[in-house]
Amino acid sequence: MGSVGFGWHLIRGWAILVYVFMFLPVAVVVLLSFNASQFGSFPMTGFSFRWFVELWNNDAILRAFRTSIVLGLMTAVISTTLGVLASLALVRYRVPGENVISTLLIAPILVPEVVLAVALLLFLNFLGINKSFALLLFGHVIFTLPFVILVVQARLVSIKRDVEEAAMSLGASPMQTFFQITLPLMLPAVLAGALFAFTISFDDITGTLFWKPGGVETVPTQIFAMLRNSISPEINALGTVMIVMTVGLPLLGVAIARQLAKKSGT
Amino acid sequence: MSIEAREARQPWILLSPALAAVTLLLFVPLMFIVVYSFWLRTATGADQVGFYFDNWREALTDPFYRDILISTLRIAAITTVVCAVMGYPSAYFIARSRGNKAILLLLLMLPFWISYIIRTMSWINILGVSGAFNTALLAVGIIDEPIQMLYNEVTVILGLVHFLLPFMILNIYVSLDGIDTNLEDAANSLGATKWQSFIQVTLPLSLPGLAAGGLLCFVLGAGTYITPLVLGGPRDAMFANLVFEAIITQLNWPLGSALSLMLLAVLGVLVMIYNRYLGMAQLMKGLG
Repeated sequence: MGSVGFGWHLIRGWAILVYVFMFLPVAVVVLLSFNASQFGSFPMTGFSFRWFVELWNNDAILRAFRTSIVLGLMTAVISTTLGVLASLALVRYRVPGENVISTLLIAPILVPEVVLAVALLLFLNFLGINKSFALLLFGHVIFTLPFVILVVQARLVSIKRDVEEAAMSLGASPMQTFFQITLPLMLPAVLAGALFAFTISFDDITGTLFWKPGGVETVPTQIFAMLRNSISPEINALGTVMIVMTVGLPLLGVAIARQLAKKSGT
Repeated sequence: MSIEAREARQPWILLSPALAAVTLLLFVPLMFIVVYSFWLRTATGADQVGFYFDNWREALTDPFYRDILISTLRIAAITTVVCAVMGYPSAYFIARSRGNKAILLLLLMLPFWISYIIRTMSWINILGVSGAFNTALLAVGIIDEPIQMLYNEVTVILGLVHFLLPFMILNIYVSLDGIDTNLEDAANSLGATKWQSFIQVTLPLSLPGLAAGGLLCFVLGAGTYITPLVLGGPRDAMFANLVFEAIITQLNWPLGSALSLMLLAVLGVLVMIYNRYLGMAQLMKGLG
């Protein structure tokens, strides 16, 4: 690309500003969560962990965490199972009408979440399923499914069939081949899908506000409810915990996937 | 059964749980609300089953709904343009950078993982009456009283841009990264200036990514109802807020169905136009 001109400096400066724009507000949340002041705002009056201690003693927040984690785990298990099976079919077989099927399966991303939320709420209510944990779970499964399929499909493509064929030709049954060869090779893809589903479920608020029964809060809806009053230092502390969780988990996931990939030698 | 027939059946067995889920939890419910939108909520609070146009007449002719639909589309459009202007040079920088692209991309992906509600509310710490801006301005002595910068349409757009920018940058990056840099070099060696080769070669080739990012920003922006609640004032309601009001607050489910379908129709037309000219493959590249 030859000489580095004035234009390139301009572009780099612009990009740096964009990165600052993306990270500054988040950094301020983390900074303020350690503020000793009793208001969730500037000025900083000292360094303190007191808001994290308060969080730990806040029953409503702990309950919200439990709900979010249980919901996220169940969503991840169901969504990943459905998504991995569908991805296998799309990557491994020649299916007539593959493009139509792919579009149908990613449709939940293309429909605005509010509309999806309304449709599911009204239809399941008609079937006698009221606002409940079950409704929340159905909702989270349907809108995490497309993301799982996209992520798993992208990774499945890179697994070669030769190894499976070798196992089969050496006398392994299709079942044995799947559980002893295919599944271990697929594990990074499966984990990536599950992690994605968990994180999206854990972060969701739009659909959740429509589906959750009264009195049940997930972490995002709890934060939203707390915002109604005023911004308290507790919210900043909760935000910091969420940032550490939602950024830390995927990074951990990437690290684990790398380790597994190294072990299996791909 | 022959081996061929079993082979042909296998993918359908694998696909059936996911297809059943999408059918039962998305397509049938969508058809159901089409029917529901013609029912009537009576004064007693019960739904009158039938074929009434009342909800649709109200949704389509009431100027209140029309105005909010228009302002929702305006907010989504401005957000998309701002994302494109902020995002294109950044994506170009990542794609052409000789530094560590992986780190630059990872940094960009991080906000994706940070909770939407946290990112939205984080602007209160920046622009609020006792936020970073006001504190700094007061300290320097430019102002004597804190200014309320929050709770207007500009802060709603700001929050949306902050939420949607990574989608835009990622999509543009994917298409810029796929362009053979030899094309630019060829243009340069044939006498084009850097600017000319960018305008005539690189920019046109990256338009599919820009369009995919634009579609995502517009559709996600127009469907939002959390951002205006957190960063907007009482007059900054967006269309999804009306849907929430009708469904959750007023419990007028037939009207809520009609309003949801209106939003779906407007955004669905955009998705279809996009699909007609560019296809879904580009969109999936950016998402996957």
